[in-house]
Amino acid sequence: MDEEPLFRWSWVASNWDNDTPNSIVNLLGAHIVMAGLPILLGLLVALPLGLACVRWRWLYQPVAGLMNAIYALPSLALFMILLSVTGAERTTVIIPLTFYAVAVLIPAVVDGLGSVPDHVRQSAVAMGYTPLRRLLGVELPIAVPVVLAGLRVVAVSSISLVSVGALIGQGGLGNFFTDAYQRDFYTPAIAGIVLIVLLALVADGLILLAQRLLTPWVRARRST
Amino acid sequence: MITFESVTKRYADGTVAVDRLSLEAPTGEITVFVGPSGCGKTTSLRMINRMIDPTEGRILLDGTDVTTIDPPQLRRGIGYVIQQAGLFPHRKIVDNVATVPYLLGWDRKKARDRAMELLERVGLDLKLAGRYPFQLSGGQQQRVGVARALAADPPVLLMDEPFSAVDPIVRTSLQDELIRLQSELQKTIVFVTHDIDEAIKLGDRVAVLRVGGRLAQLADPKTLLSEPADDFVRDFLGRDRGIRRLQFFGTDGLELSDPADTSGAWTLRMADGRPSGWARADGSGPLEPYGTFVPGRDSLRTALDAALLTPAGAAVAVDGDGRVVGVVRRETLEAALAEAADE
Repeated sequence: MDEEPLFRWSWVASNWDNDTPNSIVNLLGAHIVMAGLPILLGLLVALPLGLACVRWRWLYQPVAGLMNAIYALPSLALFMILLSVTGAERTTVIIPLTFYAVAVLIPAVVDGLGSVPDHVRQSAVAMGYTPLRRLLGVELPIAVPVVLAGLRVVAVSSISLVSVGALIGQGGLGNFFTDAYQRDFYTPAIAGIVLIVLLALVADGLILLAQRLLTPWVRARRST
Repeated sequence: MITFESVTKRYADGTVAVDRLSLEAPTGEITVFVGPSGCGKTTSLRMINRMIDPTEGRILLDGTDVTTIDPPQLRRGIGYVIQQAGLFPHRKIVDNVATVPYLLGWDRKKARDRAMELLERVGLDLKLAGRYPFQLSGGQQQRVGVARALAADPPVLLMDEPFSAVDPIVRTSLQDELIRLQSELQKTIVFVTHDIDEAIKLGDRVAVLRVGGRLAQLADPKTLLSEPADDFVRDFLGRDRGIRRLQFFGTDGLELSDPADTSGAWTLRMADGRPSGWARADGSGPLEPYGTFVPGRDSLRTALDAALLTPAGAAVAVDGDGRVVGVVRRETLEAALAEAADE
């Protein structure tokens, strides 16, 4: 009997885009959707909540406590609870990951706005900024580097966590892990791991690029 | 003109920051609020542009109670400069300067043109326009802060310890620059500082405030130095008031003696019209050092200083190019000093 190679390239070729739901291309797409939506939704939810926590300072501790509690819940447990509500759908994975994203991003938004130096805020007031214009024109732009740092953590952890969804059949590339385990055939698992890591690196790189483009003044600061 | 009418600021905990302050900051002049920390000088300043509202009393800007004006509207018409410049780190220098024009809805090109004009006016290299604030030195940032405050040409300028965070040499040049700008622009400026020398140097009028926000004295610097209202003001002014007061006396009227006159105990030696030193009448010993001043430009303090630096006891008057125009003898100086003390 031939020795089974650790990684069989022919599997990649035959599974790349074979019109089944479990082709590499389809699972990669599913993975991107299930990781990407929580990142975007998380940002959309965390931004107003973070602003509210800055505006009403007393709100921050309870909200942060609640978010930490949610973050502490094992993702698998959340999937199982939601399974009875939303079924074995992508939504069942997207909802918990969105909660995690919000939990990480609220402090990022709060810290980001906290990173605006007091004299900068004061001078914006003194120049005649209205509160809304000050927020949009001065405070949020200055908060961007801190928020994006949080977003990088969220992006990488979301991409990694999606694979846990494999236990309910919605793990994106993570489905290859259960597949590999069940068949005692490791090529899909290795392919899955490599693709997930690559995906995480690409997402991280994209956010870094966005940061470079959005905040040239941070780079300018470093170069002096 | 800015008028404080019995203005009091009392905080919820009962602390009184400003106590029945009444004074006027005349149009086109620099009024300095000076005093130790806790004297309410910054609070008083911030009540002018409604960063803080008074508990009692009124502040009038050319006769209009500022609390009747919408704060953002009011502030866009009042320039403001603070200690750390407060520049927006995410905006290029040119856009920082154009902040208020942008807020007022000027079109981008007009606002940027105006910003460039102001950068030039405050003595900054136009190459800095495209940089970010962190790439500038503290002194440069402070100049940008002044340019930004002037961008929309507001009639009133509020300055809150603007030069306190820079080193002494830069501070002196920024002060000189402000005096030069003010001679061109004639803004109504309220300037806050804890440094009495800065107050005396810059102020047309100086308001000395004491802890608890009460006005101790309001006077022009010359009067302040010669007639402090009480012990607090006297202590705050510090030593050497007499000497420092001399900077407010000119040297136009000083009688100049012929530099070639050799009848006294000391003779001025010159080379090519410029002074080279004082020689004893009998020609013994080396040349002694000399001090100079420019009549009309320099103050009596400078002239006196020039005479004190040499055993000859006389000051050398020179023109702008350093050529000798005359000598002021000790007796002439003494008469001028006596006259100044009398005034």
